[in-house]
Amino acid sequence: MNSLYIILTASLVSMSCALLGCFLILRKMAMVGDAISHAVLPGIVVAFLISGSRDSVTMLVGAGLIGIVTTFLIEFLHKKAKLQADASIGVTFTWLFAVGVVLISLFAGKVDLDQDCVLYGEIAYVPLDLVLTDNGYILGPRALYIVGTILALIVLFIIFGYKELFLTTFDPAYASAIGISTTLWHYLLMGAVSATTVASFESVGAILVVALLIAPAATAYLITDNFKWMLIIACITGVLSSITGYYIAVWLDGSIAGAVASMTGIFFGLALLLSPTHGILFKKLKSTTENQPSAQKVVV
Amino acid sequence: MNSLVDFFSFQDPNIRYVVIGSILLTASSAIVGSFTFLNKRSLVGDAIAHAVLPGICLGFILSGTKNPVFLIGGAFITGWISLVLVDFITTRTRIKEDTAIGLILSVFFGFGIVLLTVIQKSGNAAQSGLDHFLFGKAAALVGEDLYTFAAVAIILLIAVFLLFKEFALLAFDKDFARAIGLPVRRIELVLTSLIVLAVVIGIQAVGVVLMAAILITPAAAARFWTDKIKVMFLLASIFGALSGLAGAYISYVAPAMPTGPWIVIVISVIAFVSFFLAPKRGVISRVLKQNTIRKTINDENVLKALYQLGEESKNFFIQRSVDEIIRRRKFERENLIAVLKRLRNQGYLEQTRNVWGLNEAGKGRAQRVVKIHRLWELYLTTQLHIAPDHVHDDADTIEHLLTPELEAELERVLNYPKTDPHKSEIPYRE
Repeated sequence: MNSLYIILTASLVSMSCALLGCFLILRKMAMVGDAISHAVLPGIVVAFLISGSRDSVTMLVGAGLIGIVTTFLIEFLHKKAKLQADASIGVTFTWLFAVGVVLISLFAGKVDLDQDCVLYGEIAYVPLDLVLTDNGYILGPRALYIVGTILALIVLFIIFGYKELFLTTFDPAYASAIGISTTLWHYLLMGAVSATTVASFESVGAILVVALLIAPAATAYLITDNFKWMLIIACITGVLSSITGYYIAVWLDGSIAGAVASMTGIFFGLALLLSPTHGILFKKLKSTTENQPSAQKVVV
Repeated sequence: MNSLVDFFSFQDPNIRYVVIGSILLTASSAIVGSFTFLNKRSLVGDAIAHAVLPGICLGFILSGTKNPVFLIGGAFITGWISLVLVDFITTRTRIKEDTAIGLILSVFFGFGIVLLTVIQKSGNAAQSGLDHFLFGKAAALVGEDLYTFAAVAIILLIAVFLLFKEFALLAFDKDFARAIGLPVRRIELVLTSLIVLAVVIGIQAVGVVLMAAILITPAAAARFWTDKIKVMFLLASIFGALSGLAGAYISYVAPAMPTGPWIVIVISVIAFVSFFLAPKRGVISRVLKQNTIRKTINDENVLKALYQLGEESKNFFIQRSVDEIIRRRKFERENLIAVLKRLRNQGYLEQTRNVWGLNEAGKGRAQRVVKIHRLWELYLTTQLHIAPDHVHDDADTIEHLLTPELEAELERVLNYPKTDPHKSEIPYRE
């Protein structure tokens, strides 16, 4: 039962991340996603100190705002201070992350978070924190409910905002011409990324969220040219990585989240080599078969 | 307070080692990192920093000790592999560089975490302290380790010193470097190896996660103070050294604190101060300069409106009400009144109750603006063959910006013409 809980939690997290990741990588904002996932840390600690628990609405909203602030700060440094784009990202997230780690050390007694948890989460403890009804009936782990809710919200966000997200991603000029605010959807997406990061934080940690955001989406991007399929394939890759990652971690007795992240990399590597459309092996095969007819002619 | 005195008297040889060690680490990272900053590849440093973690763990697993030579060796290898993979993915597939960096960074780091947790559970007593690589611990730099890292830092500094010109040229104009026959690929290879080395030793101070900060933040901060590359490198290394010193101090007074984040906070504070307060490039001085320019433009537009009204009535010194001026050219009423008052205080206007008019000084300044506007229109139509109805907007901008030297040059080139393309008279100072 414990394995099932852990795999389910990891799968739900990886699906939320995969869905958002597809938009991020197509908008060339993969590193902004990376930055946000680091930068929500101080937000989490402060929200923790205020609300006293880590699964509150305060925390999700607070961290969502921090994510938007991060995006804003990166753009401010880039546009107003004229700092080059890559450096704006690098300076912003390292600074916020550092503040977060220091806050954790300062309030070590009051905040139920430690530095290891920040890095790779505590998904192995998910089954320990159960939701019970008044008469003692077990409803399943608390984390499962949190990441489930987030996934539902992300799916709703994408279904209802599909047209807007799609257009602002692929053709921002056309989108603004027909009256869709690219800025609004930009910030909504970043808010969604931060909320997902915060909800996934406990289970996979700040840095491994990045693997789940980027790798499955990049894998899907190598397999299909159809955006809806890309979303679906990214989710499948995420779930497969969660399942295989879990068993590898159990086998090695190592970090589950780390193993899941490693597996997303393995799946990406497979797609990189074997994808029928964009894989390197097939590209090579194709170029050799295209050359063959002429070679045969020469022989004949 | 005592600890501050104890620390900065450097009596304790341990403190001396730690201070020298952390300053060397942060300063050499800052210098090498400045090149990644100039090459606009700041995030590549981040990727390498995360990717060395599995290398360190593998080095430990294979050798069974924390001998820095093995750890550095392992880190060097995986750091390099990560870079090669990022390049491979970006050149061979349609995946963009930022995605490739994020992917490699997080997957390598994830793999490193798996190895680290496996090592921690293996019960090998030598493993304790390996997790210092995550967030850094300057105070842990003691004894022989310190010599190794100091040696690497000095090698880095010497290499940069010897190849400075080549690296700088590559950062600014790669094509030119190729054209004059420099072995660009080989120099890039050396630079990349230096970056990997800098990361490998820098993580001693700040840890894997925040390594990117001590590579690029000092450079980003230094860039705001100067346009000279050597000064920039000097400043970057000073900023880096200051943060290293702060880190050593924090490690000394609060051993429980992770050092890395504090170093990063110190260097970030320096950076944000630079972003805002640096003369010329800083946000504040830029905003101030923009305001001055905006004021000048507003002033001159009001003077010009009064001058044009004067041209119509053939008397420049008639005083006019705010409404009359607005009828000539659209201003916001409150803004206009503020500008009028400012111009009166500066001695360009005379005011009698509600009406305002130019005086000699004001007429002189307005006449210059109008003259440049019309000369420029003429220049654009006669010299650049732009249609007369397309030149007004451009002239509206240039009239506030042209320097007296260029103004004289323009007059000379056009040979002191009498009228502009719209047949308006060009006014010269009597």
